[in-house]
Amino acid sequence: MLIPVLLGMTIITFSIVHLIPGNPAQVILGEAATAEAIADLEESMGLNEPYWVQYGIYFMDLLQGDLGTSLRSKAEISSEIWPHLAATIELTIFAMIFAIVIGVNAGIISAWKQNSWFDFLAMIIALVGVSMPVFWLALMEQWIFAQELGWLPAYGRQDSRDPIAAITQFYVLDSLIHLDFERAFTILKHLVLPAIALGTIPMAIIARMTRSSMLEVMKSDYIRTIRAKGGSQFLVIYKHALKNAIIPILTVIGLQTGVLLGGAILTETIFSWPGIGRYVYEAISFRDYPVIQSGILVIAFIFVMVNLIVDIMYKIIDPRIKY
Amino acid sequence: MRFKFSLLFALLISVVLVLAACSGDGSQSSNDDTSSTDNGEETTNDSSTSEEETSEEPTEATGDQVLVFARGGDSQGLDPGSVTDGESSRVTKQVLETLLDFEADSFEIKPGLAHDWEVSDDGLSYTFYLEEGVTFHDGTEFNAEAVKVNFDRWADPEHEYAFSDAAYVYSMYGTMFGGYKGDEGHVVEEVNVINDHEIEFVLNQPLGFFLQNLAMSYFAITSPAALEEYGSGINENPVGTGPFKFASWTKNDSIVLEKFEDYRKEGLPKLDRVIFQVIPDNSARLIALRSGEVDIMDGLNPDDAAGIESEEGIGLYTRSENNFGYVGFHSQKAPFDQKEVRQAINYAIDKQAIADALYAGYATTSKNPLPPGYLGYNDDVEGYNYNPERARELLEEAGYVDDLEIELMMSPTARPYMPDPETVAQIVQNNLADVGVDVTITSHEWAPYLEMTEQGEHQMYIMGWSGTNGDPDYFLSSLLHSSNIGSSNNTFYNSPEVDELLDQAKRSVDQDERAELYAEAQALISEDSPMVTLVHSTPVLAAGSGVLNYVPHPSTSESLEEVELAQ
Repeated sequence: MLIPVLLGMTIITFSIVHLIPGNPAQVILGEAATAEAIADLEESMGLNEPYWVQYGIYFMDLLQGDLGTSLRSKAEISSEIWPHLAATIELTIFAMIFAIVIGVNAGIISAWKQNSWFDFLAMIIALVGVSMPVFWLALMEQWIFAQELGWLPAYGRQDSRDPIAAITQFYVLDSLIHLDFERAFTILKHLVLPAIALGTIPMAIIARMTRSSMLEVMKSDYIRTIRAKGGSQFLVIYKHALKNAIIPILTVIGLQTGVLLGGAILTETIFSWPGIGRYVYEAISFRDYPVIQSGILVIAFIFVMVNLIVDIMYKIIDPRIKY
Repeated sequence: MRFKFSLLFALLISVVLVLAACSGDGSQSSNDDTSSTDNGEETTNDSSTSEEETSEEPTEATGDQVLVFARGGDSQGLDPGSVTDGESSRVTKQVLETLLDFEADSFEIKPGLAHDWEVSDDGLSYTFYLEEGVTFHDGTEFNAEAVKVNFDRWADPEHEYAFSDAAYVYSMYGTMFGGYKGDEGHVVEEVNVINDHEIEFVLNQPLGFFLQNLAMSYFAITSPAALEEYGSGINENPVGTGPFKFASWTKNDSIVLEKFEDYRKEGLPKLDRVIFQVIPDNSARLIALRSGEVDIMDGLNPDDAAGIESEEGIGLYTRSENNFGYVGFHSQKAPFDQKEVRQAINYAIDKQAIADALYAGYATTSKNPLPPGYLGYNDDVEGYNYNPERARELLEEAGYVDDLEIELMMSPTARPYMPDPETVAQIVQNNLADVGVDVTITSHEWAPYLEMTEQGEHQMYIMGWSGTNGDPDYFLSSLLHSSNIGSSNNTFYNSPEVDELLDQAKRSVDQDERAELYAEAQALISEDSPMVTLVHSTPVLAAGSGVLNYVPHPSTSESLEEVELAQ
């Protein structure tokens, strides 16, 4: 499945990218460009070849694992893309931890204490969380926690005055490798606000899904039987009920993780997070064709992989599922 | 088993969360006084945050001078010759130097890597005397040969360091020196090394702004040894003679520069490290400045500037005007092929209203397509003051009474000369409705918009222009000389008289004569009214009050060698 999906992606992105109006040479050179300069640059970037030739070159390079070079920065995309991707993955992991821990637990408690004040409150918060604009939440966080209270940093992945010597580009991991716990702490502080901004919508969706899924399971006969046997309330819910309610929750988690990994352009912009979303977005406004193509391809690849992992987890959790 | 694993996972998560919660608590206790005075003045709040900053920051405790410069976008590349964007030259200005330099806050020429120079009487030969004992960051010696290698590299696509295969194009060189080696308009005939510290440029025709060009940050000298070493990777590894040397670049995030200990100027630079940090969102950048995380921020919203002026702990800076925004006509298409119609529209637009609405006072209305303070700026030009009655009369003369329909093209992308083109378009639309002209606004994405206006698909459009070398030619010829129709002259203005004046001025090396010729050209242009010049904006910046000796340059690239931080 993976290969035809990705092959289709290359053709679709290539076509869309080349069909949208706007000339990269013109954008790079700006409003002061002369016609000759644009023609020169187009030629040296290989943009004067027919589309199918350009696609052929792109595809052959891709088969050799070469993502091409950026038209704008002239750098290898494969070396440029990894730091951006790592930044997005790191942020997504923390956002999803936030979303899952809060979302699943809030959903469980809501289902357990159905129609209680906690249930109503949690579901109102979930509704607000789903409908709140991310950029507004992000700016409010910055205003309150960075400017007014000064507890947390307003932007970036680390203290810019004291940059890390990156190894894996996952800064938390890198600082632990360096055994620099003070730095790890600073980096975690930088993650708090963007992770909450990014995790709020998934959290709300997960909470709602957990609640409805749990409610359904809790009504089933076997739960009543376990209760009748005198199983403790906690054990009933977290061991027996959750295990059977988890499949739809897992599906939602998988989809949301895929969405976040695709780059959360708004969060990344407001918190100056140098992630994959901003990388591709910048490339679109500069018509940097190779970067757009490779960026979207990588995002598609990750999305497919995340869903693959979710499928495998179904099987682990519920051995009855067969492919 | 699996249940145990998930328990372990939950445990791990709780540890992480507790850690994260601690981070909040930790700073909270040290910050209690701040929160208690929370409903007090914003300024008191601010100063206490910055106090905390100084006590907490380990780098400042060790006495290192580290400056963070926050800006909206990343650099395109760090090879000065092959880029054209301001965000690139802002950085390369610190790392590489030019033969001549501009004064701190104007386009006046001062010595750079050349301490002295001579011009022959016919204006065809320039001899530069270079500083001695200067080394590049890689330890190699700076000499006349290095200068020649750089100029040859820009001029000749076949040169071994031109890297044409890797898509390097030196478009700023082509624009400023009339093309490349072998082109008809290329003015640089040859570059001769006389001895190690003397170099001669021979031109095939005089160029009035040759010296101005050499001070542009795009023509900074790279170490030939580095060109050899890095090849086409030079734009990620700049090596020059400047006050700071390049350390690292995290794309879309930050560029780190370190002090160059062997800098040719004694006692400079004063900073130990400079970090150019990308923060795309304007409000987020301001928050970072207020919380002390950055020291200087570029691209302040004019609306925010007024509030900051009174804020303690933050200083407001402005750059001198070096641009203008305009509404252009297609002067060869009906109805704008009639001079009266162009003049009428010019009278009908309320420029002061645009300046007030958009720039919160950080702009002046413009009557010439040239910023004031430029050589030959003609202050005697009357211009078109807001006068709807006169506009109606002129339209009537041209035969239009309440029946003129016009399409106004614009792109909503914010530019240095125009933060919000949409609002400008709406004001223009309202102004013209008042004199009976019905305007339809069409909005386009920036990339296709540039192409459409070049190819003349417009009737009327909104655009602007920013200066680079501080010479009037870059404004007047680029925008209004008929030879630039199809590239930068998007009004399709074609006046043989103006062409002649501009050509003469370009060839003359007598600056007084040039000033007169440009002044004359501006008078003719104003009469013909090919464009409605709207405003010259003065971009606003802000910096923490600890930042000393910072002088913003009108070109947007200033050297930070003199800047220091108060301890």
